[in-house]
Amino acid sequence: MAIYTEEEARKIMEKALSFSTADICEINLSGSESGNIRYARNSVSTSGHRSNQTLAVQSSFGKKSGTATIDEFDDASLEKVVKRAEELAKLSPENPEFMDPLGPQTYDKAINYVEATANITPEYRASVANDSIEPATKQDVTAAGFLDDSYGFSAMLNSKGLFAYNKFSNVDFTVTMRTNDGTGSGWVSRDYNDVTKFNAAEASKIAIDKAVMSREAKAIEPGKYTVILEPAAAENLIRNMGRSLNARTADEGRSFMSKEGGGTKMGEKILDERVNIWSDPLHPEVPTSTWNGAGQPLKKTTWIENGVVKNLAYSRYWAEQKGVEPVPFPSNLIMSGGDASLEDLIKGTKKGILVTRLWYIRSVDPQTLLYTGLTRDGTFYIENGKIKHPVKNFRFNESPIIMLNNLETLGKQVRINGNLIPYMKIRDFTFTSLSDAV
Amino acid sequence: MKRRDFVQLSGMGAASLLVPASMMGNTIPTEALLAPGMDVVVKKRMADVALNTAKSLGATYADARIGRYLNQYVFTREDKVQNVVNTESFGIGIRVIANGTWGFASTNSVTEDGIKKATQQAVAIAKANSKIQKEPVKLAPVPSYGEVSWKTPIKKDFKEVPVSEKVDLLLSANAAAMESGANFVNSALFMVNEQKYFASTDGSYIDQDVHRIWPTFSVTAVDRGAGKFKTRQAMSAPMGMGYEYMDGLASEKKEGPAGITLYSKSYDIVEDAVQAAKQAKEMLTAKSVDPGKYDLVLEPNHLGLTIHESVGHPLELDRVLGYEANYAGTSFATLDKWKSGNFNYGSEIVNLVADKTQVGSLGAVGYDDEGVKCKKWDLVRNGTLVNYQAIRDQVNILGQNESHGCCYAQSWNDVQFQRMPNVSLEPGKEKYSIAEMIKDVEKGIYIAGRGSYSIDQQRYNFQFGGTIFYEIKNGEIVGMLNDVAYQSNTQEFWNSCVKICDENDYRLFGSFFDGKGQPSQVSAVSHGSATSRFNDINVINTGRSI
Repeated sequence: MAIYTEEEARKIMEKALSFSTADICEINLSGSESGNIRYARNSVSTSGHRSNQTLAVQSSFGKKSGTATIDEFDDASLEKVVKRAEELAKLSPENPEFMDPLGPQTYDKAINYVEATANITPEYRASVANDSIEPATKQDVTAAGFLDDSYGFSAMLNSKGLFAYNKFSNVDFTVTMRTNDGTGSGWVSRDYNDVTKFNAAEASKIAIDKAVMSREAKAIEPGKYTVILEPAAAENLIRNMGRSLNARTADEGRSFMSKEGGGTKMGEKILDERVNIWSDPLHPEVPTSTWNGAGQPLKKTTWIENGVVKNLAYSRYWAEQKGVEPVPFPSNLIMSGGDASLEDLIKGTKKGILVTRLWYIRSVDPQTLLYTGLTRDGTFYIENGKIKHPVKNFRFNESPIIMLNNLETLGKQVRINGNLIPYMKIRDFTFTSLSDAV
Repeated sequence: MKRRDFVQLSGMGAASLLVPASMMGNTIPTEALLAPGMDVVVKKRMADVALNTAKSLGATYADARIGRYLNQYVFTREDKVQNVVNTESFGIGIRVIANGTWGFASTNSVTEDGIKKATQQAVAIAKANSKIQKEPVKLAPVPSYGEVSWKTPIKKDFKEVPVSEKVDLLLSANAAAMESGANFVNSALFMVNEQKYFASTDGSYIDQDVHRIWPTFSVTAVDRGAGKFKTRQAMSAPMGMGYEYMDGLASEKKEGPAGITLYSKSYDIVEDAVQAAKQAKEMLTAKSVDPGKYDLVLEPNHLGLTIHESVGHPLELDRVLGYEANYAGTSFATLDKWKSGNFNYGSEIVNLVADKTQVGSLGAVGYDDEGVKCKKWDLVRNGTLVNYQAIRDQVNILGQNESHGCCYAQSWNDVQFQRMPNVSLEPGKEKYSIAEMIKDVEKGIYIAGRGSYSIDQQRYNFQFGGTIFYEIKNGEIVGMLNDVAYQSNTQEFWNSCVKICDENDYRLFGSFFDGKGQPSQVSAVSHGSATSRFNDINVINTGRSI
């Protein structure tokens, strides 16, 4: 299956467009190649490879539109898919929220594709598994991990002259190390666009060390604690908050951003003044595509500045309703950090808990963005600037809004799940019960 | 195509958020859902190409799954149709054992050439992986069933029901909710048909036609002045049924506590939407719960999720063994506890059964995805852990020689693995109604419907919310509660189960998109129970101010 160049993609889409008789026709073409290896019990369990390619046609007559997809791109198939989309459009009811596609746009050149990641081989994947399994075996630890890599392209062309093309590459890795006596567990996660930045042995060592360090955890009472959240622990909560910065739900009165008496909290200070969150598709550590599925250019956008909400995301439809400019949803989140390393943060903590990650996070109350979940794979008690001993896992019930108002210190930023999140020290983080899980 | 058989797709936004992309396949017109798939004679011939090629390349076992997966999803919001999606995915997945090791490959080219190539790839993968395999795969024997078939016993095929009827039903439910005071309503219908053909070198050729349906909505009431909003989810359950589930038969519903309507094998979405709007409004001013210990009376459409998380998942043998350690986790229910023969999972009245044959359930099929005839078996009997969920290459670990028949793959292009069967709590043997149960409770909370859920990676500590909560005082419902969640530990919780209503109250809960594995695959599973009472459970107050 082919990963088409910009010109090849344009040619296929132009051919499809040539068959269109609709008022407006929009074509999306994408293709990807991905491979993975999974291991558990210190042995490879599955490995796989997948190719995908799809061409989607959206045809519109007035506010009626229909979409059809196909995975073969010969002329007859292209004509068939366009015809089918037009049939569907004619039969569909009017969509009052239908927006005319955008005309030509100017996009920044994306930097989220790295050739080395596209060149990953099955042998490389096996070596990653081996870099986990071999050191684990030597330390009486059992490795279970997953490496998933992909690369591909997406492209868009419409009858109003818009053309967009972007290539991407990603590699995601996680490994869980468990001591063979079943009392210790450690974990690490890495993700990059550029696989040459990835060192499986170094990552695996961190998880092994955590597993060994977390053996024989002691139970301490649940309650409010000062915590040091590793970026992997904080990221999910911050991502959930970012996803909720939606103008429409806020305007509709069904968001944590909705205000008593009507209106929204836009422009209000809702977090500690040291909290700054923005998105930037061209950030070298966490690059993304520079356009979204609606063909809108993605630019650096500030969401939270000095604790104040500076932007809410507006779809094109909602922006038109409200008479404002659309603000596309972020493609990544970057939270500003500080200079402190994890060691510095631990050194500066009199009493606290170090949290490696949070797990099974679920919304409890969307009104307050309250979430519950548990600590997992390395939770430690800190006393007088040092890790004293591992502690049993806790269940938490906490809102990122409360958490980011209880900010003590920000540390260095780390990439996690395509976002850039700092280590952070938080006071009064709410743990509500203990778990026996290792 | 008639005007009313439209397919409207304003982008795949709503659907792609909810549905795994790998299941979607290509979008197709509505009438194409009714097109006959490949003839079963051709399927057999194609499957034999895979089996014979595998054997000629040295495989000691092979199976082939030819799958046509048809989905129809309808999404609406208030008075608008947001999306109607029809998708079709067709192809073949071939799994082999060569050199004692599994190999798998798939292709959408269901031709002799395509199948031969994919089979060669599967054998090559098996041989390559055998170099690092520690122990050869041991398969439990299965009988050769010959050419057999099985169908979900449906009365109305969703594919034959016009889209307009489905859209009209959802829009009427939305309108009814709005008229009853809702500010917003989103509703959806998910309908699935798996046409699966399985063949293996053990001599079985199994043709199955599996149907599932899930109507659902969320109704929101907003108090702009107070800056508050509350959402009430549908009281429906996803079912292994046809479109007849939408008939709203009076015989399949009954009045529960506080006047709420409880649905069994037939669902009245319009009536439920009206109740939802009224209840969402009432929630805006309901009392916030005082935290503390309560006796909980849990309704089946709520308890099903607790069963799913605290019994279903921890008794998956692959989790117990560590194969899921890096994703969902392992299990507290270790082999030594099971081997002891006296691990007290719950109180003596707790009987939990696995069942892949239950009519109307999401997990019901005739044969699993490795050609094993489905059955029912005990997991917990009289409170004691007695078995796990295991497939052909696992049961030998339990000293058993018959697979439990719970192997599943979400599509032809994913490899099959152990998935949760329906896991259900048997109803109480003595006649006992919900009303009698509530009458016996001094300080308690009645919880109906699913809500927030979270459990640790070994399935000890959990926290559950619900759709709706009522306070019980001295044997009576005294009013609605807000901000309720309960926290417990699996073994403590099931040991605090003191009463279970009788079979008249037995209903199914369902999970339509249960995730497991890396890369993740979804499956659908039901959990039956009757309303049950759990004493002295810790309830927290989840209210906060920000």
